[in-house]
Amino acid sequence: MTAAAMPSFQGPYPFANYRFNTAYDEMFGSPGVPRDFYQALHRTLAGLPPEELRKRQQAADLTFLHEGITFTVYGTKEGTERIFPNDLLPRIIPHWEWAKIEKGLTQRLTALNTFLRDIYHEGRILNEKIVPRELIYSCKHLRREMRGLNVPRDVYVSVCGTDLVRLPDGNFFVLEDNLRVPSGVSYMLANRKVLKGVFPKMFRDYGVCPIDHYPQALLATLRSLTPENCKYPQDPVTVLLTPGVSNSAYFEHTFLAQQMGIELVEGRDLLVHDNIVYMRTTAGPRRVDVIYRRVDDDFLDPLCFRRDSILGVPGLFNAYRAGNVNLANAIGTGLADDKAIYAYFPEIIRFYLSEDAILPNVPTYLLTDPSQRKHVLQNLEKMVVKAVGESGGYQMLIGPQSSKQQREEFRARIIADPRNYIAQPTLSLSCAPCLIDGEVESRHIDLRPYILLGEKVTLVPGGLTRVALRKGSLVVNSSQGGGSKDTWVLRATNPDDSTAAITDEVWKRIAGGNLV
Amino acid sequence: MLSRVADSLYWMSRYLERADQTARLVDVELQLWLDQSPEAGAGQCKFLLEALRLPVPQGASLDPNRVLNTVVFSRTNNSSIVSCIAAARENLRHVREQCSSEMWEQLNRLYLEVINTWPEEAWTLKSHSFFHAVQEGTHLFQGITDGTMSHGEGWQYIQLGRYVERTDALAALLETHFSRVAFPANQPVENAEYLEWVGLLRACVAFESYCKAYTAEIRPLRVAEFLLLNPEFPHSVRFSVDRVNAALHIIGDLAERREELPTRIAGRLRAQLSFSQIEEVMAEGANTYLKNIRSECSQIHSAIHQIYFDYSIESGLASYEQAQK
Repeated sequence: MTAAAMPSFQGPYPFANYRFNTAYDEMFGSPGVPRDFYQALHRTLAGLPPEELRKRQQAADLTFLHEGITFTVYGTKEGTERIFPNDLLPRIIPHWEWAKIEKGLTQRLTALNTFLRDIYHEGRILNEKIVPRELIYSCKHLRREMRGLNVPRDVYVSVCGTDLVRLPDGNFFVLEDNLRVPSGVSYMLANRKVLKGVFPKMFRDYGVCPIDHYPQALLATLRSLTPENCKYPQDPVTVLLTPGVSNSAYFEHTFLAQQMGIELVEGRDLLVHDNIVYMRTTAGPRRVDVIYRRVDDDFLDPLCFRRDSILGVPGLFNAYRAGNVNLANAIGTGLADDKAIYAYFPEIIRFYLSEDAILPNVPTYLLTDPSQRKHVLQNLEKMVVKAVGESGGYQMLIGPQSSKQQREEFRARIIADPRNYIAQPTLSLSCAPCLIDGEVESRHIDLRPYILLGEKVTLVPGGLTRVALRKGSLVVNSSQGGGSKDTWVLRATNPDDSTAAITDEVWKRIAGGNLV
Repeated sequence: MLSRVADSLYWMSRYLERADQTARLVDVELQLWLDQSPEAGAGQCKFLLEALRLPVPQGASLDPNRVLNTVVFSRTNNSSIVSCIAAARENLRHVREQCSSEMWEQLNRLYLEVINTWPEEAWTLKSHSFFHAVQEGTHLFQGITDGTMSHGEGWQYIQLGRYVERTDALAALLETHFSRVAFPANQPVENAEYLEWVGLLRACVAFESYCKAYTAEIRPLRVAEFLLLNPEFPHSVRFSVDRVNAALHIIGDLAERREELPTRIAGRLRAQLSFSQIEEVMAEGANTYLKNIRSECSQIHSAIHQIYFDYSIESGLASYEQAQK
């Protein structure tokens, strides 16, 4: 669909500034006509007096401010602690769409995890030449120390945050996987809490799947991953390891530790003796079994990884190898979120599961390949270039929005180190209505669901919908001026359960405008 | 409870207590200086520095303005009022999830208030209100802490920090005072000396309580007895040591580590204060007595550190195994 095919639509308040482009619009099926499941929201918005929307946004912002729901931005000099911007309008996903996402992500995580086990053991996929050996061995997140090490339940990735985008054809694509220490889940929970207060009636009437059990599910996942030599496997001592108060996600660490009822520890609180990890408590050393670590591989153990790290615990890796403690996620999982290896994912899924990927990849150019590199370098202004081992939107070039100088800089970098970059065509991320200065405008969004793998795969319905709050921007990362909104996955209609979901009867009434 | 958390709460509390003590002492001293001759300046400065446990610069003559700046605003002096409040806030910030949000808000408010005060502004007519604000802020924080935080192990460490600091600061103040005045007589005093003894009482918020106990007739021996040995007054040495002792016992019970070093030293000190008589203390020499209290106090501090915060893994495991038996 071209821009010309989508006429600009001048709606009544508060949609006067709402613009369409080639992107898929989450709310409107065609200009002015909302999709079925967005009708109630549309009606509510149109029915609210102008001041009311602004007032509700202010109330929500105040809640965030008072509860100190903040994150830290690196690379700026002063005032590094910021409120995470929240958009008031929920993003709505009907259950049939969610069912596909859930299936696709479960498949993907299963394959990812099998892939990691294979790479760190037999390397079948390398022997079969599905994934080139040199790609693996040149990956900076490969941890040779993990070779041949058996991790509990063979689970490498217990917490995964996969970024999905919806492209103009209406399908969800996987943009990237975050397998190291994905963050943002506290904002997902905070958004929900705030929205329930802002639109209580609409929330109830919509029949939204709950997500509040995430901390409990995370704890259950962690507790199911007890190490081999755990003394009391029924009651493992679980802790959350944080880099400390200056880390960008420190708020989330304290929040999750509190919600799970486990100790929040720093590296200096842990000590290793005879390959056993203890935390230093006032009642003496207490043995630790499972560590949900929010510290990167490099900083975990100065004896084994970076020597200058003071965030880690000397001797931790040996204790891990000895089977006396478990780490979630395992060490070396960053291998599988290398953006060059990502390009092989459809084949990886086929290799291990003999299935086609349910959620497709975004087309990706490998710059180590001379012809692909040539194509990318000739079309830099149309491409998005990303460093393979980075996350959080750092070290990234958005072709159409870049200056000539930036493009030249990236061109030089790509030529100097092609393995370190990949390129993707600039994607038109789907748009959703957002509240900007009291009116509804459209902004680009993505979706990060959180997937847990322990005894079984667990997904809480929804995830963090990230919003590029700057007009026209395609970058949704919180560190780059993005915000987030609540994600409502609607319950499936179940005719046997009259109390649960929205029945057809109710749907008709919503459509008929009797219910706001 | 994590050792690091206990350590932070303990120090947060010590720093706030120190800020409170310093603010009150400087406030009282400034009032006293008004009544004294200008030549007394250097001696007063020396007294202030010594009473606040700060080093007295040798040789050079002491400039009152610089000394006041050092004890109140200087960020290079870790014990200045502003440094203490900043350090207390930093300690609490690292363990925010352990305290109530009301506590954090109050300490943050106090911090913002003091760092936004310009020294020039504070030394004009507003000096009294600045010191008053610091004392009020710390008292409010204490009240909020008692009213909103669960009185568990963390709260006990806050108590411990406050009273260890208070014991040491009081002992240092009394020691400095006794070396300045002649042997405390059991006679009413007058004039300049009277002002100094009243100042001492005021620096310990003790004037009103003293009057209730002994009437407004100021007898140095009684003042000494009141500030050292009174079991009921919260700013007496004995009261503070009693509290240190109580907190240590509860902490020992909670950690299941009784009869450890800190409890033993604190118990010994407590017994000494409980059964001392002021005449005996004075006959022995007040300074020896106070020096001994300060040394015991620093031993208690080291012992807490060694047993609860920074033990070696071997000793920690050994005492744990012993407790299991």
